[in-house]
Amino acid sequence: MIIELGHFALALALFLALIQAVVPMAGASRRLVGWMEVGRSAALGQFALVALSFAALTHAYVTSDFSVANVVQNSHSAKPLLYKISGVWGNHEGSMLLWVLILALCGAAVAVFGDNLPRELRARVLSVQGMVASGFLLFILATSNPFERMIPTPGDGNGLNPVLQDPGLAFHPPFLYLGYVGSSVAFAFAVAALIEGRVDAAWARWVRPWALVSWCALTVGIALGSWWAYYTLGWGGWWFWDPVENASLLPWLSGTALIHSAIVVERRDTMKSWTILLALLTFSLALVGTFLVRSGVLSSVHAFAVDPERGVFILGLLVLAIGGSLVLYAVRAPALQGGGLFAPISREGALVFNNLLLATATATVLLGTLYPLFLDAVGGAKISVGPPFFNGTFLPLMVPLLMAMVVGPLLAWKRGDLLAALQRLWVAFGCALAVVLGGLWWAGFGPVLAVLGLGLAAWIAAGVLSEWGERVRLFRVPLRDSWRRAAGLPRAAYGMSAAHFGMAVMVAGIAGQAFEQERIESLRAGDRIALAGYELVLREVRRVPGPNFIADEAEVEVRRGGVVVDVMRPQRRLFTVQGQTTSLTAIRTGLAADLYLALGEGDPASGWTIRAYHKPIVSWIWLGALVMALGGVVSLTDRRWRVGVAARRAAAVPAAAE
Amino acid sequence: MGRWVYFVPLALFAALAGYFGVALFSGRDPRELPSALIDRPMPAFVLPGLGDGGGVTAAGLRGGVVVVNFFASWCAPCRVEHPLLLRLARQERVHVVGIAYKDRPEDSRRFLAELGDPYRGVGVDRDGRVGIDFGLYGVPETYVVDRAGHIRKRFVGALTPLVVERELLPLVRALERP
Repeated sequence: MIIELGHFALALALFLALIQAVVPMAGASRRLVGWMEVGRSAALGQFALVALSFAALTHAYVTSDFSVANVVQNSHSAKPLLYKISGVWGNHEGSMLLWVLILALCGAAVAVFGDNLPRELRARVLSVQGMVASGFLLFILATSNPFERMIPTPGDGNGLNPVLQDPGLAFHPPFLYLGYVGSSVAFAFAVAALIEGRVDAAWARWVRPWALVSWCALTVGIALGSWWAYYTLGWGGWWFWDPVENASLLPWLSGTALIHSAIVVERRDTMKSWTILLALLTFSLALVGTFLVRSGVLSSVHAFAVDPERGVFILGLLVLAIGGSLVLYAVRAPALQGGGLFAPISREGALVFNNLLLATATATVLLGTLYPLFLDAVGGAKISVGPPFFNGTFLPLMVPLLMAMVVGPLLAWKRGDLLAALQRLWVAFGCALAVVLGGLWWAGFGPVLAVLGLGLAAWIAAGVLSEWGERVRLFRVPLRDSWRRAAGLPRAAYGMSAAHFGMAVMVAGIAGQAFEQERIESLRAGDRIALAGYELVLREVRRVPGPNFIADEAEVEVRRGGVVVDVMRPQRRLFTVQGQTTSLTAIRTGLAADLYLALGEGDPASGWTIRAYHKPIVSWIWLGALVMALGGVVSLTDRRWRVGVAARRAAAVPAAAE
Repeated sequence: MGRWVYFVPLALFAALAGYFGVALFSGRDPRELPSALIDRPMPAFVLPGLGDGGGVTAAGLRGGVVVVNFFASWCAPCRVEHPLLLRLARQERVHVVGIAYKDRPEDSRRFLAELGDPYRGVGVDRDGRVGIDFGLYGVPETYVVDRAGHIRKRFVGALTPLVVERELLPLVRALERP
């Protein structure tokens, strides 16, 4: 009964989404206040209905209702509660439902927090969100119904893929989807602006917080995914340039470009059509990412063979959403010229530089990701162009971007003085040079690229601090005055500094991986490995039972200078339902380095294979990402988002065609 | 800038969507990726070896039926097909030669130490030149070479049990027959 209720709520949500798509848009063009206001109530109602539907599916999972096909295929009664819940989105149908739930949440958020928006703009934004929601609700109901019953009802389910039974992965999709779907708000704002034919500073100020929220969520989501890969796959890697990872990196790159270019629109009233394009592109990439990679449509030929209907539907949705918005862009964007030319050496010039590099990087990653997918679509083959391609193309684009990241904020708007900016960075330059020289002295010329990477990190970190010092006139005026200035700086400035500083931390973490040490050895009880000043002694390997698996657990004593500092227990789990093994690594995490152990195959007679890694500052990679996201959050608390924008200047840009 | 500039994103997307559409509706057997080198001599190459076993050369492979497999430690599909290669080499006694494509030798060694080594010899193609000569799309790719050193079949992407049973092994057995 609850299941049918969930299904019915979803159908009703589609009905409301259609109303939300049509009525406010018509109202906005005819200036009918009542019609425009329908958008808000429809968005709230749609959210309530989708939430109800999601709750119904979750209920079926929690109570192990095996009359529902989706539960049978992806759950099992012996599974821990957390994974029963995360199993809801651990499959195609359920993850689509989560996707739509977050989309409805975004719509509801615009309805609730959009009080400061002009009524027409809000109506159009909600209408565009209604259109997107209609498409995806229709997709779920027509081709991916999670509420399908299974008769006769089997006694137990097939279980969730063991690799997915992990706390990191339970929370990774919600964040990632919030990032993906959150970009739909910026998309809706862009489409609404194209329809209105007006983009001005006020528009940029409204759209930027939404873009920031989605960017923060995406940053956290990607970091969680990378961290999960690190501790679960047992190879010690943290980024594999896998299509699924790239699919999340693409909207992140263009979203990063968007939050920067929106500043230019806000401050200088220019770069409008480019910013609009980025907003369209970010959501488009999120769509392409979710649907072509996540749903397994392009990555496996079987998906087509089994369900060609689904593939056609998805392609149709992509063409409507992306193609439709790009047609609108092609027709309306030329009228958005505004502002004027500006000097290349200026804050806005630096932001253009940032955008050019980020856009090129996006194109590069897209090419490297789609090329194997193309082959897969026509060739049914799984190949990888892999890190050699991306390291050769993506990294060279990032280096100038990261170097310029410090200089940009020191340039003035309109006309900056590069020499003066560089002069203020002499401390940062000194720090970078010291790190590079120190690194070469310590490590030699072998890992020269890694040493330069550490120097780059030092350059960014010291540069960010110098920029802050510059703003508060540190050591130039009495400390008390500096303190007053520091307290008076806008939150957005702190947000930027934090985000840029986080990037420095992450770059250092990535560069630090060149200094990892590794031992793979076959050990019997009592044998030892020496690694990076530690001594690892295998005490024993035991068999331990788990709720839905049995595991071999090694007990490894970690000694330093003869003293036992820790006991680590890596496991190798055999999931009985699926007959699949996964490894549970044991990691001794520290700011300075991680000690990472993975247990391989073996038996008491011939010994067990143990992989041990010593990874300096590896946790900085995720820590940096977290600091970046926190920077975004701090920036969101800035006063200027909350104070209503003073009346939109009517004559801002009447958009003369060229 | 003319107005047409604003149509560029649309045109690019149209090309992309067209491609997906063709892929979706073509319905032709997707596994066939013909090689221009079929029934032609294998490209000549001389590669340094990975282990102590010495290098691998095209000339040195002549005289027997050989399966040449391009792999890399960074390639996830290679991990997937690896057990099949092990089975080919150990149970079916097929002569499998590996070429480590754009991979650091220490990484390749670690890869083989972790997953097992099915190869009778591994050539190190550090800069990917030999891959270019073979017309490689990416890794993994597998070629069946006959006694005369002619390429007889190309498999793009990870081998599957079905492909090995139905295509690769029967071909190798047929070529091995005197």
